[in-house]
Amino acid sequence: MKVQDLVRILDAKVLTGEDRMDTEVHSACGADMMSDVLAFVKEQAVLLTGLTNPQVVRTAEMMDMRCVVFVRGKQPPEAVVELAREHEMILLQTQRRMFTACGMLYEAGLRGEEGNR
Amino acid sequence: MSEGLKLHFEVAPDDIAAAGNASTGTKNTLKKMGFPAAIIRRVAIAMYEGEINMVIHAKGGDVDVEIQPDRIVMTLADRGPGIPDIDLAMQEGWSTATENVREYGFGAGMGLPNMKKNTDEMRIDTQLGVGTTVTMTVYVA
Repeated sequence: MKVQDLVRILDAKVLTGEDRMDTEVHSACGADMMSDVLAFVKEQAVLLTGLTNPQVVRTAEMMDMRCVVFVRGKQPPEAVVELAREHEMILLQTQRRMFTACGMLYEAGLRGEEGNR
Repeated sequence: MSEGLKLHFEVAPDDIAAAGNASTGTKNTLKKMGFPAAIIRRVAIAMYEGEINMVIHAKGGDVDVEIQPDRIVMTLADRGPGIPDIDLAMQEGWSTATENVREYGFGAGMGLPNMKKNTDEMRIDTQLGVGTTVTMTVYVA
């Protein structure tokens, strides 16, 4: 799956990274607890979250993730979008809630860690 | 052993939003030097958790990184209150973080255990009322 597929499936708005919509992503995780992302996530490329602070982008960056999806229509502050640009992190925003967004992507073939075993 | 490349960062107190600068800086340097991605990620995660700890529990401090071909040594020295009971602090889920910290997605009591998990060696030197120094080594196997 490519990021442009995420955009289509989630009817998402692209906040930054418009030029990298063909980036391949195969796995995702959903979390509002960044501690858990740092402790449990292994090879996921996409982070779905309802948090919009800079530490979301930093956490994704430490984990070598490619794309962050803000659920429930959450709008990150401009400083966060700017930080994502610096790190070449793609930011998307969807009106879908966490459970629904994760379910739609799972149905379309994106997997969590367990699904890759 | 010859002296490796040394990096130094200052971690500002009370600014969660800025925490991560040292980890990002180190990560970028290791990337440019061509270290394996898996090694870089372990260093970045351990250091980032440490940086967050320095901001939320201590009053910031200094991060020193020594990069050798076969190892990366991180020394995080804070000016915080010290850790009264290290065994307790190492327990997953034990946290003294405030509600404000949880709003940022941290304070789950996973920091120190995750630092240990991602490094080959970790030593905690702590003195109540003076500060804590965490030294972590990742070997490049």
